[in-house]
This record gives sequence, C-alpha cells and structure tokens, in this order.
Amino acid sequence: METVKKEKKDRVLSIRNLNISFKTAYGVVKAIRGVRLDLFKGETIAIVGESGSGKSVTVKTILGILDSNGIIDDGSIIFNYTDENGEKQSVDLVQMSQKEIRYQFCGKRIAMVFQDPMTSLDPTMTVGKQIMQPMIYHLNLSKKEAKLKAIELLDEVGIDQPEKRFKQYPHELSGGMRQRVVIAIALSCNPEILICDEPTTALDVTIQAKILELIKSIQKKNNISVIYITHDLGVVAKVADYVAVMYAGRIIEKGNINEIFYDPRHPYTWGLLSSMPDTDTKSRRLFTIPGSPPNLLEKIKGDAFAVRNPYALNIDFKEEPPMYDVGGQHRVASWLCDPRAPKAEIPVDLKERIEKMKKEATVYE
Amino acid sequence: MSEIKQPLLRVENLKQYFRVSKSFTTKAVDGISFEIYEGETYGLVGESGSGKSTTGRSIIRLYNPTAGKIIFDGVDISGKLTKEAEKHLRTNMQMIFQDPMACLNPRKKVKEIIAQGLLIHHKFETKEQLNDKVNRILDKVGLSAEQATRFPHQFSGGQRQRIGIARALVMNPKLVIADECISALDVSIQAQVVNLMRDIQDELGTTYLFIAHDLSMVKYISDRIGVMHLGHIVETGTTDEIFQNPIHPYTKALLSAIPHPNPVVEKARIALTYDKEKEGVDYVSAVQHKITDTHFVLATDEDFKNWYK
Ligand SMILES: Nc1ncnc2c1ncn2[C@@H]1O[C@H](COP(=O)(O)OP(=O)(O)OP(=O)(O)O)[C@@H](O)[C@H]1O
Ligand SMILES: Nc1ncnc2c1ncn2[C@@H]1O[C@H](COP(=O)(O)OP(=O)(O)OP(=O)(O)O)[C@@H](O)[C@H]1O
Ligand SMILES: [Mg+2]
Ligand SMILES: [Mg+2]
Repeated sequence: METVKKEKKDRVLSIRNLNISFKTAYGVVKAIRGVRLDLFKGETIAIVGESGSGKSVTVKTILGILDSNGIIDDGSIIFNYTDENGEKQSVDLVQMSQKEIRYQFCGKRIAMVFQDPMTSLDPTMTVGKQIMQPMIYHLNLSKKEAKLKAIELLDEVGIDQPEKRFKQYPHELSGGMRQRVVIAIALSCNPEILICDEPTTALDVTIQAKILELIKSIQKKNNISVIYITHDLGVVAKVADYVAVMYAGRIIEKGNINEIFYDPRHPYTWGLLSSMPDTDTKSRRLFTIPGSPPNLLEKIKGDAFAVRNPYALNIDFKEEPPMYDVGGQHRVASWLCDPRAPKAEIPVDLKERIEKMKKEATVYE
Repeated sequence: MSEIKQPLLRVENLKQYFRVSKSFTTKAVDGISFEIYEGETYGLVGESGSGKSTTGRSIIRLYNPTAGKIIFDGVDISGKLTKEAEKHLRTNMQMIFQDPMACLNPRKKVKEIIAQGLLIHHKFETKEQLNDKVNRILDKVGLSAEQATRFPHQFSGGQRQRIGIARALVMNPKLVIADECISALDVSIQAQVVNLMRDIQDELGTTYLFIAHDLSMVKYISDRIGVMHLGHIVETGTTDEIFQNPIHPYTKALLSAIPHPNPVVEKARIALTYDKEKEGVDYVSAVQHKITDTHFVLATDEDFKNWYK
C-alpha cells in the first residue's frame, strides 16, 4: 500500500457542481445533482452505485456524447492538458459544444472503452483500418505510419500474430480479443484520460484479469488517468486508487479505496457492500437494500436515500445533507456524520466481514 | 439415502457446429455430456466464447443440434420434433435472457407480455383463470397490478428482469435456462433477482441451468457446476468439489482469477494463467476421469496422473 503521498499531484480533470437534466415526454429528469470530482494524473478512480444513479451520464458529458435531450444546467468540467507545443492548457468542457469536444478531444486526449465491444466496432471494416482511422484523423499520420503503429498497438495489447489480425473483421475474433482491439483504438492517440464503462462485464474472469492488467501496465507506462465504471466490487478493489459512490444523481461517499472498503460510512455504501455474496455466505438469502430508487422526475426532498434507510433521522426527510469531511480523503454526504447526530453502528454482518478482510489483508501488507 | 434422484435433463455428447464459411466451421459445442436433476441448480461457467450460450440455445432448440442427444423430462428432444414433443418443450422449458429489453415487446403492456405464453399454448380455461395466473406471478416477482398496466420502458433494469422472470415462470416450467440474467444489474438488484429465483425454486421445485461469469454468484446459487472451455466441459462437480478441489488447470485458473473485494489483497495477488497450447493439453483424445461419484475431469490418462495426485 502506498502511504507516502506525493506533494502536489497534477489535476487532470476537475468537475464542479455538475447538474444535468433530461427533457422527456413525462417531464424533466434531474439525472445529475451537484457532482464534484477530481481526477489526478496517473490515478485510477472508480465510480460505483445503483443502476440509474448517473454514472454513465457523468462520463458521457466528459466525452461530449451526452444524449441530445440532455441539458447541462450548471457546473464546470475543467480539463488540463499539454498541447502539441508542450504548453499547459486548461478548458472548461461545459462551455464547449458537444461537437467541439468530440472534434478536439474525444478519441484523442480522452478515450473510452465501453461494455460491448461489438457496438463500438464497425462490423464491415477490418480491425486494422479501425485502429488506423483515429490516428490518421487526429494525429495526421500517413497511411503507412498509421499501419505500422496499429500493428505495434495490436502487439502491445497482447494479440498474437498482429499482422494477420490486422486484416481480420471483428466477428472473426473472440469477445476478449475484440475488447483488446477496442483498447488498442482507445490508446492509439496517446490519450491523457481513459474512460472505461463496464469494460469487462461481458467477459469471463480470466480474460477480465488479463484486460485489467493490460490497462494497468499501459497506464503506468504512459502515466494515463483512468475512470472505471463497474458494478463489480472485486474489479474496483483490484484497480482503483479512489472511489466515488453515486446514488440518485449525487456522489454520496468518496474516498481512497481503503477508506471506502474498510471504513464505509454512508448507509447506502453499507447496503452496497453487504449485497455482495461473501465467499462463505452461509445464509440462503442474500442481503438486499429494501425499496427502490427514487423517481428522478420528482423533486427530491431531503436525502434521496432516506426512505430506504433504516438509519434515517428526521432531518433526512427535510434537508439534503452536506458533504462531511471525515478525515483523510474521505467525504460523506450523510447526516449521520454530523457531530449532533446520534451514533449509528455499521451493520454487524458487514462489520464482521470487514474485520475478516482486514485480517486477510495483514498477510499482504 | 434411499431416494434416487432423477435427471430432468440429460445431455449426451452434444455437438453444435456453425458453418461460418465454405472452409471454416466453428465447433461451438464439441461433444458435451451432463445431467441436471430435478429441483437443482446447475451452474455453467467458462471462457467467453466457450459455448455456454450455445449449449443453452441448443437445449431449448433455438438451433438444430449437429449431433448428440438431449433427453428432457423423459422425452428425446434432440432430433426433428413431433408436434407433441415441441409443445412439451415450449411449455416446460423457458429461458431468461441477459438483456430483458431485447425480449420484451416495447408496444405491449407488461400484463400482455406475461400472458402471451399462456395464450399461445392455451394454458387456461376461463378468462378469470388467466387473470388469476398472471396476478399470482406478478405478486411473486414483486410487481403490483397497477405496474402491470405499464410498458416495459417505464421500468428500471432490475424490474425489467423481474418481468422477464415472470414471463418465463408463468408457464410453470420445469426447467429454466438463465443466460447471464443478472450480469447487467447492480449488486443489490442482482441479489434481489437471485433471492427471487431461490424463493420460486423452494416453492415450486423449479430446476435451473444458470449461465454466468460472476463466479461468486454461481457459487452461491448452484448445487453443481460445469466448467466449459473451447466447446468442452473440462470439469464438473458439486459446488464444493469445484471450489475446494479443482483438478483441471483451466478450472484452477478460472477460480484464481475471481477478483476479491478486498483491496489490499486484490492489489497484491497474482492470478494463475492457463494456456492450452503452451501446456499442450489435449481435449480431443481426453476422456472423463472420475474423482468421486459427482466429480469428473476431462483429461488424457497421462495428464490426469499429473493433475490428480
Ligand atoms: N437520454 C435520456 N433521457 C432521459 N433520461 C435519461 C437519459 N439518459 C439517462 N437518463 C436518466 O438519467 C439517469 C442516470 O442514468 P445513467 O445511464 O447515468 O445511469 P448509470 O448510473 O450509468 O446506471 P447503470 O448502472 O444502469 O448503467 C437515469 O435515471 C436515466 O434514466
Ligand atoms: N450463430 C452463430 N454462428 C456462428 N458462430 C457462432 C454462432 N453462435 C455462436 N457462435 C460461435 O460459437 C462460439 C461459442 O459462442 P457462445 O456464444 O456459445 O459462447 P459463450 O460461452 O456463451 O460466451 P460468452 O461468455 O462470451 O457469452 C463462439 O466462437 C461464437 O463466435
Ligand atoms: Mg451506465
Ligand atoms: Mg454467452
């Protein structure tokens, strides 16, 4: 574990007070409500949380691919990068049009890997051509240069016989190989930020492990910052330095990976961690969070999680909690962290599980 | 134990090939055999592209099997289906898919979607009986009668998966094939769906073929597990046998690749790898070796000696 913190880390991305809504036939959906998040150079952050909590919308905004009915109501996304002349630049992505973002950054300085490699690859084009394209477009490489680089990339992402694979079509490759091709495309223009939305959900764990390790090693080599979105907490544990937990459009808890996994504070995070099947779950039933997420078409009063929260206080139904600093990098949006709040104990089963995890961890420390 | 368990499904040497081009055929499933007993959950795991979904689809006869036998509930359903065999199959075997939206007609109300199977196969006598069946299943999967008058797109992912389950279960099937039915859901909703499947099994004795990548969930829900690699079942056994005493190197690699939700451990751990070519493992001339009455591994005699000491 890295305990010595570097003096001053370079901030690559800083999201402040982001608010996004969608116009729909049923009314306005308030999908993102005041998100604040930083991404530092070389760092990996994971965004976790319930379906529909706003994880994908957040990263789509960064990529300039927000759906056309989406509106950024407020906030800023400052992106700091070094331009072709080696000069430091800083732009607010919110002030740019989605088209400009895509033209200037997407696929070049900010690249992405999505869940289903089949939807991000063109079935009618050889994989080689698909890797060459962004390099010709963004880096002005000649065809010949692009081809050489493409074969190099295929090799780098661990595809054997790259010259042969270069000429193949996506359907001729296995799922794991296709995802490697998508990663090769994402890396082709030496991005500063790599965004992976459920990159390995459709793959088996052996291929998942290989792909995660591949991303890690390339990240280290090129000092890239990575944002992962995943439901798999095992994957989060493996890759993330920092974790943001989202619920109903807000980040409700964030902190470094150990703070979130060994010392969770928000009752939603407790529920999330408790729902994982433990390797020796004895009971016949798994823990689930009661109730269902709020309807984002309606105005949320107080804490969005209150109605499902057995620890809810009166104030939870009236006022939205602020973000409390609970030490270290750890921030929690829950009234339970207010000094005036009665002490709420973490659920016994989860506490035991965490104790066990910590004990296992001592062997590796 | 005096009770002899009956297999509800027996798959013998099933092969499912796809002719991709004149010169190339994919052997998606290449001679697999296994049994699923009544009321149990059989987990099918393995490499992406190893033939798990194809196996499920061949069994429910979305494909015509290239070779082999499928005996379901005492009836051979592997060859050309008689009208009766087809009806037996369509009413007693159901499938739940990964993407619930893909198999739910967006223009139909939830209630109509759920009633559809009953209507097609005339599994009711009066209109009241039909309504009653639909309402009961809705209740079981935790949806209200009011919600049943909505359209699928008005539901969350977890709720849609419940609709998919209701649609399959309203037929009161003996066997349900669940192909990656929880992988797109978040952890808490996964837990809801798995609990629901278990409750229904406890109540109705439903048998499941559970196909998934998430081994911690498979471990939790399955009684027995089959491990697939490149169209073969390389190992099969009870959940304990597979997890406590894996023999095949692919099974070992698969288990060691499961990420533990324990950051310090997970960042330090290195997973085992398996490369069939490099290790020179031969599936074609391998045979099933018995370890216990329930635990088998696919190996040549020589490999078996090395793996099982
Ligand atoms: N184009 C759109 N129009 C209307 N609502 C939308 C649109 N896109 C997203 N939303 C809504 O915004 C919210 C956040 O969606 P988002 O896709 O970010 O969820 P997520 O956290 O990525 O969930 P999952 O884990 O299921 O992928 C949801 O309530 C969703 O229904
Ligand atoms: N209709 C088809 N035509 C041609 N090839 C096919 C067809 N269906 C599947 N295949 C091929 O058969 C093999 C097995 O595919 P299958 O979908 O059964 O794998 P799987 O084990 O379910 O993988 P995953 O875990 O990725 O879902 C793959 O190589 C696939 O490309
Ligand atoms: Mg998403
Ligand atoms: Mg499949």
